[in-house]
Amino acid sequence: MSQPRTLFAKVWDAHVVRAATGDTPAVLYVDLHLLHEVTSPQAFQELRERGLRVRRPERSVATMDHSTPTDGSPPDAQAAAQIAALEQSCREWSIPLYAMGDARQGIVHVVGPEQGLTQPGMTIVCGDSHTSTHGAFGALAFGIGTSQVAQVLATQCLLAEAPRTFAVDVGGLLPEGVTAKDLALALIAQIGAAGATGHVIEYRGPAVEALSMEERMTVCNMSIEAGARAGMVAPDDTTFAYLEGRPQAPRGAQWLSAMERWRGLASDAGARFDTEAALDASSLEPMVTFGTSPGMAVPISGAVPTAGGPALERALLYMGLTAGQRLAGHPIDVVFIGSCTNARLSDLRLAARVFEGRQVARGVRALVVPGSQKVKRDAEAEGLDRLFRAAGAEWREPGCSMCIAMNGDRLEPGQYAVSTSNRNFEGRQGSGGRTFLASPLTAAAAAVTGTISDPRELLQ
Amino acid sequence: MRRDPVVRFVGRTAVLPAEDVDTDQIIPARFLKGTTRDGLGAHLFADRTDAPVGTGAAVLVAGRNFGCGSSREHAVWALMGHGFRAVVAPSFADIFFANALQNGLVPVAAPAAACAALGQVPGAVVAVDVQALTLTLPDQSAVAFALPPFARHCLLEGLDDLSFLVSQEPSIAAYERRAADSFFPDRKVTP
Repeated sequence: MSQPRTLFAKVWDAHVVRAATGDTPAVLYVDLHLLHEVTSPQAFQELRERGLRVRRPERSVATMDHSTPTDGSPPDAQAAAQIAALEQSCREWSIPLYAMGDARQGIVHVVGPEQGLTQPGMTIVCGDSHTSTHGAFGALAFGIGTSQVAQVLATQCLLAEAPRTFAVDVGGLLPEGVTAKDLALALIAQIGAAGATGHVIEYRGPAVEALSMEERMTVCNMSIEAGARAGMVAPDDTTFAYLEGRPQAPRGAQWLSAMERWRGLASDAGARFDTEAALDASSLEPMVTFGTSPGMAVPISGAVPTAGGPALERALLYMGLTAGQRLAGHPIDVVFIGSCTNARLSDLRLAARVFEGRQVARGVRALVVPGSQKVKRDAEAEGLDRLFRAAGAEWREPGCSMCIAMNGDRLEPGQYAVSTSNRNFEGRQGSGGRTFLASPLTAAAAAVTGTISDPRELLQ
Repeated sequence: MRRDPVVRFVGRTAVLPAEDVDTDQIIPARFLKGTTRDGLGAHLFADRTDAPVGTGAAVLVAGRNFGCGSSREHAVWALMGHGFRAVVAPSFADIFFANALQNGLVPVAAPAAACAALGQVPGAVVAVDVQALTLTLPDQSAVAFALPPFARHCLLEGLDDLSFLVSQEPSIAAYERRAADSFFPDRKVTP
């Protein structure tokens, strides 16, 4: 009998074109290559300079999200040049492109799953660290640099050292008002922003099984913030129910045989992991970050730690906070609800539960940025756009928006924001801007109160 | 494609005494709107008031988990564009480590004590030896560091992953024939 294997090992093994030797890493086949305008132009240029072609254009899909404005204004000259470069490259090599104006355009990690491109057992790469999102389907999905983008375009393969495996067991169930984002932030606070470096995480246990696909995407999305190469969840009936009928999902007999294969992907009983961690979902509270690394997070009832060395000191200086200070009640200027972490329909519904019948606090600016054109249409069909606007929030076009501050949406120096995005790094949301990461519920609560607030008090 | 081999070099250090230096700090996103690798060195650490730039140093010394966050290879292009040829830190984030090697920037994961000692003496002269896999400190003692064997080979010979992968075409084509009718069916994206 063969050794019990992990979900990761099953996907990895099935994609090894050429096994590692003492001298060379494994050659790994890539099923799906996602592209966007910011990390691809130099890769396409490299192909041109070296006289190479795109080997399997039908295994790539491109969209535009990072540098594209979400306020309806035209892109600036530089962004326009990037967009034109992507359009030209996709035309030149027949790569499917969900361009501006296409009903499928949006944040690349929202688009892949909702179009059914992302499927269990696949290897998926993109020149973007949050490619880990797609692991929610039991795919092995990870971010790569632009040199590797060129390699995948030219050969559909990568050279890869096998990562180690990391099991995260999440017991219990998330309490009311505590979300997948809080689970992710709690895990990163526990293991650290480099706690999973070199590893692929598999999230498992009752709390993970109970998550919807969109919640699993939020958890896997944040894997990179713990340093992980990827995060994965074994595919199950929740996965299949989400995928069935999506435009790029298999149909008919192919769908049935695909499901049979996908059911076999779960880690075998007794499969060994290199590292393990556990947490209890039922004991979690809404989480909020206080520093400049996603691992600097505490329960919303908590306070800024008093001991943490020079890194904490620098972070608190940047954030304008003091050790021991309670976070609840801290005034904020901006609320950003969006990003590949939390801009799907269920995220917007969560925010809407708090906004309904309330107003954005005086002096606070609130942006709600749907993750894709489809999310926008679906939200508008439910009247969420009207609800947000009636509350005084801005309802935007899809894109990365204020998560990355390269498209016109950004914080001003010194401003405080509660954001549903994934990074509270110095300057991430704009030079001098100060970010508190939190869930859509907590962000919406901050918008209507003007301060960091426990959303559970508003849900009663 | 050939590039300049990286075998051994001697250079002065610059120090950024911080942990978890993310790629947004190395090169803020607002500078990622170009379509070439050029011109990024001028914006290296643009938002850090303690930016260790403009000293002519070839070796950057920093704290653990250097290069975390975004996968932007622009971070490596900015460091190299500014003249850095190696980064010495106790540990690196995975994607940055890979991106550095793709471009010939040497990520030297050195013992924390050696990094801390170097952190006290900005401008010190060190030697990075990719052949011997050693970092020679100002007192002429040497500490070992590790690189993946193939990455080291590519640095020494001036080769890159892309050339190697292109040479694997027969294996790739054979894999596609094998996979097409077995575990993973062909998955074409329809327009």
